[in-house]
Amino acid sequence: MRFLILVPGNEQSEAGVLPDEKIFIEMNKYNEELVNAGVMLAAHGLHPTSKGAKVKFSGGKRTIIDGPFTEAKELIAGFWLIEVKSKEEAIEWVKRAPFDGGVEIEIRQVQEAEDLGDALPEEVRLAEQRMSAQMAAQRQQRK
Amino acid sequence: MAIDAQRAVEAVWRIESARLIAGLARIVGDVGVAEELAQDALVAALEQWPESGVPEKPGAWLMGTAKHRAIDLIRRNQRLGRKYEELGDDLLRLVFTACHPVLSTEARVALTLRLLGGLTSEEIARAFLVPVATVQQRIVRAKRTLTEAHVPFELPPTPELAERLASVLEVVYLIFNEGYAATAGDDWMRPGLCEDALRLGRILAGLVPDEPEVHGLVALMEIQSSRSRARKGPSGEMVLLLDQDRGRWDQLLIRRGLAALQRAEDRGGAFGPYALQAAIAACHARARRGEDTDWKRIAALYDALAELAPSPVVELNRAVAVAMAFGPAAGLEIVDSLATEPALGAYHLLPSVRGDLLAKLGRHGEARAEFERAASLTRNEPERRLLQKRAAASAERG
Repeated sequence: MRFLILVPGNEQSEAGVLPDEKIFIEMNKYNEELVNAGVMLAAHGLHPTSKGAKVKFSGGKRTIIDGPFTEAKELIAGFWLIEVKSKEEAIEWVKRAPFDGGVEIEIRQVQEAEDLGDALPEEVRLAEQRMSAQMAAQRQQRK
Repeated sequence: MAIDAQRAVEAVWRIESARLIAGLARIVGDVGVAEELAQDALVAALEQWPESGVPEKPGAWLMGTAKHRAIDLIRRNQRLGRKYEELGDDLLRLVFTACHPVLSTEARVALTLRLLGGLTSEEIARAFLVPVATVQQRIVRAKRTLTEAHVPFELPPTPELAERLASVLEVVYLIFNEGYAATAGDDWMRPGLCEDALRLGRILAGLVPDEPEVHGLVALMEIQSSRSRARKGPSGEMVLLLDQDRGRWDQLLIRRGLAALQRAEDRGGAFGPYALQAAIAACHARARRGEDTDWKRIAALYDALAELAPSPVVELNRAVAVAMAFGPAAGLEIVDSLATEPALGAYHLLPSVRGDLLAKLGRHGEARAEFERAASLTRNEPERRLLQKRAAASAERG
């Protein structure tokens, strides 16, 4: 199963300041451990929200809101995607990450198609089937 | 609460056990003894952690506990503990020991999953649909064989290295294939086993990063895994590659696979057997629609694979690729050369492919006979129905 590990942003990450060398080295070592254990699928840091934007949906209207975002809970500075056997294993890996200072790291399980299973509404299922039939027909026509 | 603590201990075990066993084996010089010492430490953790909580450095705790007993043991055996060497080397020794040629293939698979994958005997038994006692027996016997054969806890000598590495890769790919195309049971796919194999492959790639074939194998497994979601139809049936909804392929795994293939090629390994198979898989992965597939390249890659590792199954696949690239007649020529191949005598895909090519050439009478023969050979019910349908269609047109 896959887990997304979310790292919250702070003033420093929002200012685009890179962590100091010591933390950088520690984080590199930690990432290397994840890779060597065969559990790391992807890991990325994010630019400050000043480089991002939001799209707001209301009715038919789309409103663009440029960064920076002001609410602290909206700030995400980076993420890992890991593949492990259980939530406990994900927790055990996150516990080893070199963080400090009261920071809280969020662990979320990624939904797989089979997790959705019967929860997928019948209309969506039918639409999916129609879509693949359509695609198949288009393929035939092109031949 | 007690169950939570147990699950936490299990999680620590999965992360730490391989390194723990490898480190201990370095000290005591025997994988079987090392595994028992590690197990003892696990039992101690299961007793103590639910009370005391998981220690800050659980790996160090397990190692400390086990080492304590190891040193007792060494004193008793009047042996000097060798200096604790670099970790990566220990893990690599463990890999080579678990896949040692004195062991049967089944034993290698069980020992590798147990010692390197951190799987319990119960998990291995569930994955291979055999009784737990069978797995336990296999592991006990394997450890005894290693001890009796005086297999040293060492890296293979240089002249043997290539061959021994090939045996390790074979074990990992075997585990993967059992997950990807299960030979027993109701489920023909067991994704958990594929994940275990991928994890082992990625660990290996970290241990011997200069070996191109390790990256080739990882590439092959990543790309094949990328399709698992699309391989299963709504009622659980298998969907063939060209009929799959490519939108459901896992692009992350494809990218990882292509990157691993690039690493294999950068290290001069473009023509290793795993890298070649990965390159074929990559051709499919790169094609956004089935008809965009570069069949000429696939046919050329199969030519190279057939040179390197000739087998009737590779030849049959080559025939399909050649037919797609250069027309059904060219493919049929290869298929016909396989007609007397004893290894394919009961292999339903041979008449199935031949039937398909004959139908494309308008030779419907012959095609019908081949489809019927294929239907009588397959053990898979949905496939049998499909072949019977094709036989009936050929009969109508013939």
